Amino acid sequence: MKALTFKQGIHPEYNKELTKDKPLKNAKRPEEVIIPLKQHIGAPLKVLVKKGDQVDLGQKIADSDSFVCAPIHASVSGTVKEIRKVTDPGGNIVDAVVIESAEEDRLNSGLEKHDSLDKLDAAEIRNIIREAGIVGMGGAMFPTHVKVSIPDDKSVDYVILNGAECEPYLTVDYRVMVEKPKSIVFGLKALMKAAGASTGFIGIEENKPEAIESMQDAVNDEANIEVKILETKYPQGGEKMLIEAILGREVPAGGLPLDVGVVVNNTSTAAAVADAIRDGKPLYERSISITGRGINSPQNLIYRIGINIGDLVEEAGGLKDNAAKVITGGPMMGVAQKNLNIPGVKGTSGILVLVEDEVEEYEPSPCINCAKCVDACPMFLMPTQLANYAKNDMVDELEEWQVLSCVECGSCSFVCPAKIPLVHHLRLGKSQVMAKKREKN
Amino acid sequence: MNNELIVTSSPHVRSQDSVKKIMWSVVIALLPAVFAAVYFFKARALSVILAAVVGAVLIEYIFQKIRNKKNTIKDGSAVVTGLLLALTLPPSIPLWTAFFGSIVAIGLGKQVFGGIGQNPFNPALVGRAFLTASYPVLMTTWTVDGVSSATPLSQMKMEGIATDTWNLFVGQIGGSLGETSAIALLLGFSYLLYKGYVNWRIPLAMVGTVFLGTFAFGSDPIFHLFAGGLMLGALFMATDMVSSPTTKLGRWIFGLGAGLLVVIIRL
Ligand code: SF4
Ligand code: SF4
Repeated sequence: MKALTFKQGIHPEYNKELTKDKPLKNAKRPEEVIIPLKQHIGAPLKVLVKKGDQVDLGQKIADSDSFVCAPIHASVSGTVKEIRKVTDPGGNIVDAVVIESAEEDRLNSGLEKHDSLDKLDAAEIRNIIREAGIVGMGGAMFPTHVKVSIPDDKSVDYVILNGAECEPYLTVDYRVMVEKPKSIVFGLKALMKAAGASTGFIGIEENKPEAIESMQDAVNDEANIEVKILETKYPQGGEKMLIEAILGREVPAGGLPLDVGVVVNNTSTAAAVADAIRDGKPLYERSISITGRGINSPQNLIYRIGINIGDLVEEAGGLKDNAAKVITGGPMMGVAQKNLNIPGVKGTSGILVLVEDEVEEYEPSPCINCAKCVDACPMFLMPTQLANYAKNDMVDELEEWQVLSCVECGSCSFVCPAKIPLVHHLRLGKSQVMAKKREKN
Repeated sequence: MNNELIVTSSPHVRSQDSVKKIMWSVVIALLPAVFAAVYFFKARALSVILAAVVGAVLIEYIFQKIRNKKNTIKDGSAVVTGLLLALTLPPSIPLWTAFFGSIVAIGLGKQVFGGIGQNPFNPALVGRAFLTASYPVLMTTWTVDGVSSATPLSQMKMEGIATDTWNLFVGQIGGSLGETSAIALLLGFSYLLYKGYVNWRIPLAMVGTVFLGTFAFGSDPIFHLFAGGLMLGALFMATDMVSSPTTKLGRWIFGLGAGLLVVIIRL
């Protein structure tokens, strides 16, 4: 079968062999966790605990009445030491609950366990997903229950699971697909039922044959679920790219997958949904790849939310002498960190350490109009032109030329021979347009 | 860990391509044509090419110095301009003219607009246009070793004599240095294509337009493909990155327009 894909995009080096065959294992249980109280896109949460409180593993510690939000749970049993400000991996300063771990964990989430989906209706499933605090684990951290809440005037035919893991280096979704395929399928069925979708697809890039085989075995008996093999190309895992590749449907500019009857979730997110429904386990831990040539012993770990990133790095053998850059996430969209003293959150899928020869400092030279960025952009934008508009504060032109459609995948910057930081300019351009829109309202 | 961690915005990896690599690949791609020129026109060709390249590099250096900008010689773009200009010149051209042409190409065609990336026209073509306007006689004397030979195109136009297509393709014909061998140009172009450093849409549209256009007017389309500067123009001039469009549709239209111009001029 020919691998499916989208138009344009790029082929970076994937470098997955560093961690691809390292089975997931539990990281050491931290003595203290610092849990940021904003780990989702949406409304801020109210903290439900105070200094000195005893909390149990999985106990809700922050929530809100707003629809678009995801509650947060204690990731260890222990004592609330303090509530203080912390810098999260995204560089935002947010409130965080600091919990000192007790000797032992006692799961007490208040979530019931359900062996099958038969007795649950769509609303009940959505409620479990919400109560378990599940967000998109690919990095976007959009509340999952919101994604599968379909407005009355819309309907959904398909749920697509993103198993592309197109970011170089990262092998988290890969390991989950190899090790917990049944959980992913269970989670997918829950998401389909919640969204009212009849069919499910799992899209996997063809450079992950073991994951394809594992998932294909797991869906053998499922009439409505199919594994789709995708071409290995970045950013294949983007929502719009997946939909184009698998269904040939095009999401309109400024629109959502919902507009073409599709909901897209990450494979790891689906596994978390299964854990919540079957084990009553909220999202208090997740898997991560700790990788790159700057780390002594690259591996895949399962960590408690709020663990210090530095502890995870230590557990993976620590940094090498020539380590030069530490990135949370992958090399294309991840964030470079000043230090390791930050908590891991629900969307942190990787810690990538690059060494000195891998971090050339690029000095941009003038654009030679080679059009490589135009040919790479999966959203069919004109990055070179948009970057110029952004540099010159030409907000109307930015808007007219669809800067808001930019998914910040970084493909344009990647290919540019003049080493112009295009996506950086585009991000600034986007915020200019957003600022103007807010002014108008 | 020895130093502080580096913090820059994403993406944290970049492709291996650079402006320098692209420009030097174009130089490599032009080498077959250079060899062909030297083969057919001997030392004369070599001196013309050297004069043009030296002129281009020198003036690039001087301008960057005056404008207090980084030395850009190493990026290879001046060498490309010098080479391209030389390939459009007749072998009999005085060396100083080739040298001067390059100075105009880089000076007027590129540096006055602010250097690499800023020029609206292909600098080599600016140089050539200037020479044609200033020294029309020198630019249209196609003499080799004292024997004057008309170019296949002028023979065709003036006297209705068609040159053997095989000769046109392989070389050994009157004309500018780079026009002589279509196969040498195609060879170089395939290298660029393989490296992904060139648009194929523009040349295809341009060559296709000339083929169909000349055919429609009852001329021999194969002859027109390989005669004159079409190959050089389509493969290496029209594809100049800086002055050609960035969208795919734009490239088709650009190639079509360029091809139409050729048809109009030739018939
Ligand atoms: S313009 Fe935006 S969407 Fe297009 S390649 Fe660049 S970052 Fe990606
Ligand atoms: S890739 Fe870079 S040099 Fe090429 S057109 Fe885009 S911005 Fe310009």
